[in-house]
Amino acid sequence: MDAVATAFGLVFDPYVLAVIVFSALFGLFVGSIPGLTATMATALLVPVTFFMEPVPALAAIVTAVAMAIFAGDIPGALLRIPGTPASAAYVDEAYAMTRKGLAERALGTGLVCSALGGFFGTVVLVTSAPTLAEFALNFSSFEYFWLACLGLTCAAIISTESPIRGLVSLLIGLFIATIGIGIVSGHPRFTFGSIELLGGVSFIPAMIGMFAVSEVLRYTTTTVHLPDVSQTPIGNLFKGLWPILRRYKVNLLRGSIIGTAIGALPGAGADIAAWISFAVSKKFSREPEKYGTGHVEGLVDASAANNAGLSGAWVPAIVFGIPGDSITAIVIGVLYMKGMNPGPMVFINSPELIYAVFLTFFVANIALIPLGFLAIRSARQVLRISRNALMPIILMFCVVGSFAINNTVFGVTVMLVLGVLAYVMEENHFPVAPAILGIVLGPMLEDNFLTSMIKSDGRIVDFFERPIAGVLGVVTILVWLIPLVLTIRRRLKAA
Amino acid sequence: MRFNDAILGVVLLIFGAAVVLHSRGFPGLPGQNYGPAFFPSIIGVALGLCGVILVVQGILTRREVGLVTLGEWASSPRHRGNFFIVILALLFYVLFSKPLGFIPTSLLITTVLMVRFGVRLLPAGLMAVASTLVIHTAFYKFLLVPLPWGILTQVAW
Repeated sequence: MDAVATAFGLVFDPYVLAVIVFSALFGLFVGSIPGLTATMATALLVPVTFFMEPVPALAAIVTAVAMAIFAGDIPGALLRIPGTPASAAYVDEAYAMTRKGLAERALGTGLVCSALGGFFGTVVLVTSAPTLAEFALNFSSFEYFWLACLGLTCAAIISTESPIRGLVSLLIGLFIATIGIGIVSGHPRFTFGSIELLGGVSFIPAMIGMFAVSEVLRYTTTTVHLPDVSQTPIGNLFKGLWPILRRYKVNLLRGSIIGTAIGALPGAGADIAAWISFAVSKKFSREPEKYGTGHVEGLVDASAANNAGLSGAWVPAIVFGIPGDSITAIVIGVLYMKGMNPGPMVFINSPELIYAVFLTFFVANIALIPLGFLAIRSARQVLRISRNALMPIILMFCVVGSFAINNTVFGVTVMLVLGVLAYVMEENHFPVAPAILGIVLGPMLEDNFLTSMIKSDGRIVDFFERPIAGVLGVVTILVWLIPLVLTIRRRLKAA
Repeated sequence: MRFNDAILGVVLLIFGAAVVLHSRGFPGLPGQNYGPAFFPSIIGVALGLCGVILVVQGILTRREVGLVTLGEWASSPRHRGNFFIVILALLFYVLFSKPLGFIPTSLLITTVLMVRFGVRLLPAGLMAVASTLVIHTAFYKFLLVPLPWGILTQVAW
């Protein structure tokens, strides 16, 4: 219990609370601007958190992301443009409500359900993580190898429309991770004599390039313009909300459960959680014909799900060091930089830190209600901000952030190269998230793989000999085979 | 800019082969079968295999997808210019931020980009000054990042 008391002290410190408020406002701002995603909010925040202690750094990320995911609903409802991809699933529904004059109901429901969903996900995180961690203490390099494989495979295969493209993206990330001094041998690889590359491709510039610079590039080449904000006034947000919550309490619970579960699945994050729970909601609804006409029911499910998914994604991230989505991939990169290797040992070595993260989740979800309320109130002003002026400023911020990690312009070069790479990849429908997971998990995967190979003297059978490793290995191989089998079946049916 | 899968596949195949070939030059660990070349070689082979699959897919769908499909923006000189000007701005920073200093470089880049994206000169200049000073103060004063002063070294504050 000592650790919990310490955690309270760590979080309820004036400096940390100030960081939380600031990152909350930042997250709400970034989330409400169409084209700026929650992942981008994290990417822009990381260089600043680099200079903080672990607790405020993690608190900043947790808060900003929770706020950004909710704030994505605001332009969704008002402009029919999702602020973040996690709101895309129900943007038509929310906009239809706005056109019926129910903007405040759409946004109020989104806000309260987001907070409740986030709360539910956090409770699951708090209760399941320590138990899982105890279990994970017995893991050896074989188990970690398979876990990393499973996480990466899910990211590459399940969450993308084309498994082969996801796989290519993942391999590119894994390749980038091998650049620099080899972890096992100490031999420089793919550095071509560059001294700056000896330390490897720095994670922060890489991430800023792939998630922020590529977004700026995409914005500057977009030919579509934003519509004007509808002039319907926004009334009392909380009016008529209670009956909705009471009527759809099953939806709220279902959305939260689906969201947490999908979030915890490696590679699938808040956006997929929202799509699936919206679809489930429609399927099991008593009035599915109302969906698409401005019906609030699906919003309850999906808004709860995307915020619940955020907390769910932290379960595998903290316990095994395997990220559940691109945001937790960034978090894991941050943890490594802070010298805290995520994994079950964190629960033993610094439990107060884990409890502090849990606490921040609760604080963030409670603060979401008043701050989200303010964000909705000021939405019209925020949406009027010229993105033409904002993008160059974001770009400068990216530059300074990439520079600040090693204080060399080499970071800016890395950011530029990976930004262009990510832009070209997305233009050609290659998902970027698997690549960032590859960069983060690459060293750990190679380390565990080589250790296991050396231990077993190259006998593949040994990878399946320990019971948990065996199960994980079989599951991973099944996940590899499923898309193959499905393709063959489709071909056979067509023939 | 969208390329046909066959072109992407060939690029990946060449890249994968280059990775494998280059890895063969890594020295092995004494007494071990698995050295620094092992993991990169697997990645190279896997990339090559993906390349082959993409080539096959690309050839199968070549009727529907052209060799290179230009996005809508590529036919608009303005948007095409936007793309390259962002990249040039970043290259400019890499090359000149040290001799010029952070403040002049940032002012120049933000003003030029804003004007290019359609903001009028006066508001663009004002916003560039404000944002540059805010970023500079935040990172230089508070986070102690040694942003270069360049030509302003004499008046550094």
